[in-house]
Amino acid sequence: MEYLQILGQEIYKIIFILIPILVSVAMIVWLDRRVWGLVQKRRGPNVVGPFGLFQTLADALKYIFKEIIIPASANKVVFILAPIVTMTLALVAWAVIPMSEDLVLANINVGVLYLFAVSSLGVYGIIMGGWASNSKYPFLGAIRSAAQMVSYEVSIGIIIINVLLCVGSLNLNDIVLAQKQLWYVIPLFPMFVIFFISALAETNRPPFDLPEAEAELVAGYQTEYSGMMYAMFWLGEYANILLMCAMGSILFLGGWLPIMDIYPFNIIPAPIWMILKILFLFLLFALIKAIVPRYRYDQLMRLGWKIFLPFSLLYLVLTASFLFYFDKLPKVNF
Amino acid sequence: MIVHSIFFYFFSVIAIFSSLMVITSRSTINSVFFLILDFISVGCLFIMVGAEFLGMILLIVYVGAVAVLFLFVVMMLNVAEQKQSWFIGKKSTHIPTGLIVSVLILLELLVVVGGWKYKEDVMSSSTLILSDISNTHQLGLVMYTDYILYFQLAGIVLLLAMIGAILLTFRERVGVKKQSYINQISRTPSTSVELKQVKSYQGVKIDD
Repeated sequence: MEYLQILGQEIYKIIFILIPILVSVAMIVWLDRRVWGLVQKRRGPNVVGPFGLFQTLADALKYIFKEIIIPASANKVVFILAPIVTMTLALVAWAVIPMSEDLVLANINVGVLYLFAVSSLGVYGIIMGGWASNSKYPFLGAIRSAAQMVSYEVSIGIIIINVLLCVGSLNLNDIVLAQKQLWYVIPLFPMFVIFFISALAETNRPPFDLPEAEAELVAGYQTEYSGMMYAMFWLGEYANILLMCAMGSILFLGGWLPIMDIYPFNIIPAPIWMILKILFLFLLFALIKAIVPRYRYDQLMRLGWKIFLPFSLLYLVLTASFLFYFDKLPKVNF
Repeated sequence: MIVHSIFFYFFSVIAIFSSLMVITSRSTINSVFFLILDFISVGCLFIMVGAEFLGMILLIVYVGAVAVLFLFVVMMLNVAEQKQSWFIGKKSTHIPTGLIVSVLILLELLVVVGGWKYKEDVMSSSTLILSDISNTHQLGLVMYTDYILYFQLAGIVLLLAMIGAILLTFRERVGVKKQSYINQISRTPSTSVELKQVKSYQGVKIDD
């Protein structure tokens, strides 16, 4: 009986994490389109609701009432499973993101590894969708995307190791608390830049949106999807982008810590700081979408394997030797 | 405790079922998907016994990287559905090899499980079993102190395997045009732009 009570409380908590995320995904899509429009001297979505805020909700409503078309030659089970996998994985990762010291669903010891594992599983939704459609463009898109995500994950992994060396713990709250004196964006600035670019590639955002390059592949892996299934891919994609922004702000921008621990800043509650940092990173994502042209595929691979990977390895050695030489390695008290 | 065992049986039933499906399912793609499911449920079992680091690493390495490559290969090669000739009809050549490997694995498992009984005698090194430090720290403390040599050797073996794989598949391609970023960026107007006088009805000849 007691167990059922705990279960009920947990479900209650989960719902209170999921709903804000879904709403903020809708808002972030609006923001993305709005920024994109402003950079190109257009207005962007501005009709539905105040400033066009309800545009995404209207779109979602439209998707719900559209017919779901499953191609005759598709592998039905995998075809339906693909958007579900994408969206589930994008949402499930939010369980460990701390919004403040105790506002977190699961404060687990290996939080960073969990985030990394879930984001590396994200590739399955795309491969499954591309393969199950049984059509040329989705398949090519899926192959491109799989190669891209697997290669950029490697450099993200090494960047995470860089941060972990300074923290000495895999717990996300510990990582945030370790940045009380100095955000890691200052000593690890090159790593922050590389993390940001890798996050762009990992979430298939422009300038690395080759899996869905319209001019070459129609819409890449989601060409055959329609109605709610397309909307789920799309929601998952944006939830993943938000997740990457949250990860960046936890690893480098001090998570829910205020910018300085002095009077006017530290009365603002911690979740607001976290949201502000996520929004800041997302604005960078949106601006980059608007101003940078798409990479060629070989340039993308070259950047990932020949520049980012060696450079982040070098920086890892540098960080380790610095910490060792100045005796600043994190002490773990047993 | 009853909840714990419910979850244990849940994950282990899924693990056993999916590993059976890996070897019996007809379509290769389905086999790979069941393999992924198997990895995930074994990872969950690891987490349940408290080996959270191992569970997560299993997910990252096997599900996030190795199984993606499997899936890739199977999809690219477009392997047709397997006829069930392995068990019925045509005499298969795979079964003896498979039997040898599985008997060897069984023997190894027996040795390991049997050896667990004499753990106190065998393990003289300082294995840390303190419940208040996380198992990531425990693993690090053992691996980078007592077993540093084996750890490094394993790393070198992996490096050799990687170099070997690259060497085996490397072929030098001739006539490939490569883009040199430095040359492109270091071009100046004086070296790359030239003004030509074009006479009427004659055109102009540009060298190269």
